[in-house]
Amino acid sequence: MEALLARTFSKTAGLLAVAILFVLLFLSSIAFGQTPISPTTVMDAFIRYDPASTDHIIITTTRVSRAVIAAVIGSSLAVAGAFMQALTRNPLASPSTFGINAGAMFCIVLSVTFFSVTSLEHYMWIAFLGAGLAAVLVYFLGSLGNDGLSPIKIVLAGAAISALFSSFTQGMLVLSEQNLESVLFWLAGSVSGRTLDMLEPLWPVMAGAGIAAFWLGGSVNLLALGDDIAKGLGQRTILVKTLMALIVVVLAGGSVAIGGSIGFIGLIVPHMVRSLVGTDHRWIVPYCAFMGAGLLLLADIAARFVIMPREMPIGVMTALFGAPFFIYLARKGVHK
Amino acid sequence: MTNRHITVRNRSGTVSFLWEKRAIVILLSLVAITSVCFIAGLSIGSTMISPVAVVKYLLGADDGEHQFIIGTHRLPRMILSLLVGAALGLSGLLLQGIVRNPLASPDIIGITGGASVAAIAYIAYFSETAGIKWLPFASILGAAIVSTAIYALSWNRGVTPYRLVLIGMGMAAATGALTMMMIVLSNTDVAAKAYIWMTGSVYGATWGQVYAMLSWLVVFVPLALLLNRVVNVQELGDDVAAGLGARVQWQRLGMIGISVALAGAAVAFAGAIGFVGLMAPHMARKLAGRSYAVLVPVTAIIGGLLVCSADVVARTAFLPLDIPAGVFTAGIGAPFFIYLLFRSRKPSR
Repeated sequence: MEALLARTFSKTAGLLAVAILFVLLFLSSIAFGQTPISPTTVMDAFIRYDPASTDHIIITTTRVSRAVIAAVIGSSLAVAGAFMQALTRNPLASPSTFGINAGAMFCIVLSVTFFSVTSLEHYMWIAFLGAGLAAVLVYFLGSLGNDGLSPIKIVLAGAAISALFSSFTQGMLVLSEQNLESVLFWLAGSVSGRTLDMLEPLWPVMAGAGIAAFWLGGSVNLLALGDDIAKGLGQRTILVKTLMALIVVVLAGGSVAIGGSIGFIGLIVPHMVRSLVGTDHRWIVPYCAFMGAGLLLLADIAARFVIMPREMPIGVMTALFGAPFFIYLARKGVHK
Repeated sequence: MTNRHITVRNRSGTVSFLWEKRAIVILLSLVAITSVCFIAGLSIGSTMISPVAVVKYLLGADDGEHQFIIGTHRLPRMILSLLVGAALGLSGLLLQGIVRNPLASPDIIGITGGASVAAIAYIAYFSETAGIKWLPFASILGAAIVSTAIYALSWNRGVTPYRLVLIGMGMAAATGALTMMMIVLSNTDVAAKAYIWMTGSVYGATWGQVYAMLSWLVVFVPLALLLNRVVNVQELGDDVAAGLGARVQWQRLGMIGISVALAGAAVAFAGAIGFVGLMAPHMARKLAGRSYAVLVPVTAIIGGLLVCSADVVARTAFLPLDIPAGVFTAGIGAPFFIYLLFRSRKPSR
């Protein structure tokens, strides 16, 4: 693949541009919505906060936390997707194709229906568990067989596990209709109505995973040459793979826990990034972080406007954009 | 050799079956099991009716005592579940033949998803004005449109099974998003109805639905049987099939067409009952070997048996609640799928 930005200088400049774009999207995510707020007011709210101003209250209570959460989820999903694609050597790998969303969903609905769990914070840990479970299950099932982890097998395994979890979820929701409404919006994926407290228990873990991802970049490059070569060059491949898997589960599981089922960000962004900077994971990780955040912020802004005055679940938005991209990838031919 | 097989063929050889005698035994025992299950299903429920009375009713020797419970409620429901299961199983059999991948089924590659989108759009926007009776057409239309799209998008100087599956899964995701969107946009009442429908249920089956479903099967099952040589050749792989003189792409299109029609009809009448299209063909192959002419009836009966028994359990296990049968097919289907993936470790297949 011919990278668009070949030299270190242009890569650095590109990263700066992506970061600036992200900041702009972040600010517009705060400014746009049902109550439009001018950019100067947004800046004001940060610099000199005025408790009497409604706009300032809107900004600090809902808009900022929403934007922060969208950014965190977007970048986590994108980095997780990049690592999954590297780990499985499969361009179609991503948190949504691995059935992680469906697994988390299932565990949440299970806990709501049978154990009457209602607090959002508990949802997080339960979703985390389900996400990890589904990822391990799909990875394990997909790697059985003589030809190892072939793209088609892992995608099929992901689809089947998703189908399994979602039909159980549907069954439980049918049994208790009153729960349906409370979890439905969550199921479809959303970043609204989340407060920053939800991030509190998760952010140290997720930030740690993000830093570790950045630090592992070089080892991932080595691993991408193939297990044998990496081993020959003295890499402890098992260790690197385990670390990567852990990072993926933490990042993907954590973001599903906060935002529900938001698909395709983890699939699309790594591809976009690779076409920009090539296959060097030391660059891919930071690019993914910024572009993933930016893309999800963009999707979130769009989700507020398509069916005003109501909001579209953001997971629906990303799937509507992402599914055609997936089809395009499949058409282009995925051989290795 | 000759005494272990029965050959059925016309003079020109356009219709030609090779049946093992063992297959007939298997077929007969499956029919027997299904009949037992059928009668048991008719007799249990919130009002228990003795099997003797059920048989009496079926033979027409009943004095009308059970006309309402059996004739109006249970019988159409049981028959519909049998028919739907048969259609789903056959649809899966054909798809697995095309894709040559034992993990393919109409729900995984998006055909069911297309039917669901159309049906839920219909439930949400038209059912108030036009009534529920056009729902089957909406869902068959949806399945057909989505399958056409999958086929067209996979076309690149021919359709390879691999691309077909991947693109089908992309479509499944897209249709899933659309379905979710419509559920979120509509009111709670419609959302709950749509959810039940999506899980798959034969609740409230009527004789009208039974006859309509039957007419689809009457048309497409013989067609599926006629394709038997085609499927056997396709399973050898594109190159070998082309080398044997098969028009691979045309035949593949025909197989997909039949598969879609069967799946679309099943989804139309019973919602998205999952995993039957995946399981039934495998069980059939395990029992009856790989000859397609035997597999068609065996798969159909197994599919019917699966949905029928799942529905009986779903209907009676949590009385007075009536759970969608789809929950139970998934409950059996998922572990089965895992078993399949495990088994594919062995180099033999």
